[in-house]
Amino acid sequence: MLGMVQSIGRLTIIGLRDLGRIGWFLVYSLYMIVRRPGSPLQILKQIRFIGAKSLFVICLTAAFTGMVLGLQGYYTLTKFGSEGMLGAAVALSLIRELGPVLTALMVTGRAGSAITAEIGIMRITEQIDALETMALDPFKYLVTPKFIAAMLSLPLLCAIFDVVGIYGGWVVGVKLLGVNPGAYFYEMGKAVVWRDVYSGIAKSFSFGAIIAWIGCYKGYYAGHGAEGVSKATTESVVLTSVLILVWDYFLTSILL
Amino acid sequence: MIQLTNLHKSFGSQHVLNGLNLTIPDGQITAIIGPSGEGKSVLLRHIIGLMQPDSGQISVDGENIIGIRRSEMNRIREKFGMLFQNAALFDSMNVFENVAFPLQEKTTLSKTEIRTRVLSALEDVGLKNVEQKFTDELSGGMKKRVGLARALLLNPRIILFDEPTTGLDPIIKRAIHQLIRDTHAKFGFTAVIVSHEIPDIFEIAQNVAMLYQGEILQFGTADEIKNSTHPAVKQFISGSLDGPIQMI
Repeated sequence: MLGMVQSIGRLTIIGLRDLGRIGWFLVYSLYMIVRRPGSPLQILKQIRFIGAKSLFVICLTAAFTGMVLGLQGYYTLTKFGSEGMLGAAVALSLIRELGPVLTALMVTGRAGSAITAEIGIMRITEQIDALETMALDPFKYLVTPKFIAAMLSLPLLCAIFDVVGIYGGWVVGVKLLGVNPGAYFYEMGKAVVWRDVYSGIAKSFSFGAIIAWIGCYKGYYAGHGAEGVSKATTESVVLTSVLILVWDYFLTSILL
Repeated sequence: MIQLTNLHKSFGSQHVLNGLNLTIPDGQITAIIGPSGEGKSVLLRHIIGLMQPDSGQISVDGENIIGIRRSEMNRIREKFGMLFQNAALFDSMNVFENVAFPLQEKTTLSKTEIRTRVLSALEDVGLKNVEQKFTDELSGGMKKRVGLARALLLNPRIILFDEPTTGLDPIIKRAIHQLIRDTHAKFGFTAVIVSHEIPDIFEIAQNVAMLYQGEILQFGTADEIKNSTHPAVKQFISGSLDGPIQMI
């Protein structure tokens, strides 16, 4: 009985410590973004890695997501005789929800995991300690450029996702299933308002911060050896993905 | 002067430092020897503030370094250089960028001046025409020398060496020791070397401290430790299996 209480107590303390540490990591990162954001060259390099290099996978995912939405939307809308609304359905689904979320999940898999692995390897090979012994703040070199790059790249990637997805839906709806092309874009223009676009951008911006936050945090506190980095990378992808979905719910309920 | 007083550090149930006391004199080479896993590297990490003790005091030039703000710690770290066990070079940078990095970040020197100083530092450690090589193209000995060049570049007053010759062949080992001795003679820094290299370390260190079971068992000049009559110190230096130190 005493052993069980001790185990619960120990787990609670570890949980609270980790929660405090992860919270402090976010606060300190945001503070450093304001105080010492890192060199523009470092930020550009990260934008290239997180943003530009994710373009292909984002376009591919967007095209097929749009095509599936075209198929599913057409199937559902024909039941009500309103297949002309397909453009509006595809665009609203993408701009408000699927664009930001799927972009964030794809970037998590491609760049979030790499951020954790990179910082984790620097941790276990004492490169982060080397920075500290030179009286340099590792956050300035490793964390803030990634934060800024992710927060700038995600909304742009999301915008590209939306456009490619809308044309994916157009290919299926208009070219394959015969929806009127004028109706596809006309209904879309009528249904989508600027508020939908802003909410998608706001979501992407915050998802970018989540990807950088968890990716950097898990790498910064990676355990020992290759196994430690491997575990940190897996945890980073899982935690980021879950957080994105949970945060998406709360943001949607606020922004609706 | 670096002063460590009643230092305690545990990892779970393992007590690594157990009331350790040590005073490291200025401007001299002090070696810390002792069996593997006794906390020598942990001790070094405490001195430069990479680890915090559970209790005890550490002071550098009379200034306490425990529980101080990061900015204060960084001010004290300006006095230090450190050569890590595996050199801890930045693997995304080449040799030149690695050595130039502290200068670029901490000084306002021009590109030409930085280049001159980096090449000179590399030459000081016996390296030429390696500036463009990446760290994975270097041998273990070369990495240590690049690490030493980087540590020396800002002329620190104190340099910590964490097993600078582990895993190197005898000739490179001797070359690194020679390099430490020569650079110490040239720059006059305080050196703290964690090493297993017995008896070679007695040739370069002026003072030796033997760490065992979380405490400094004996501290003295190299000759005093070499001729120690303390059973554990004697056993460690001779490498004998018989004695108070039971590793197996």
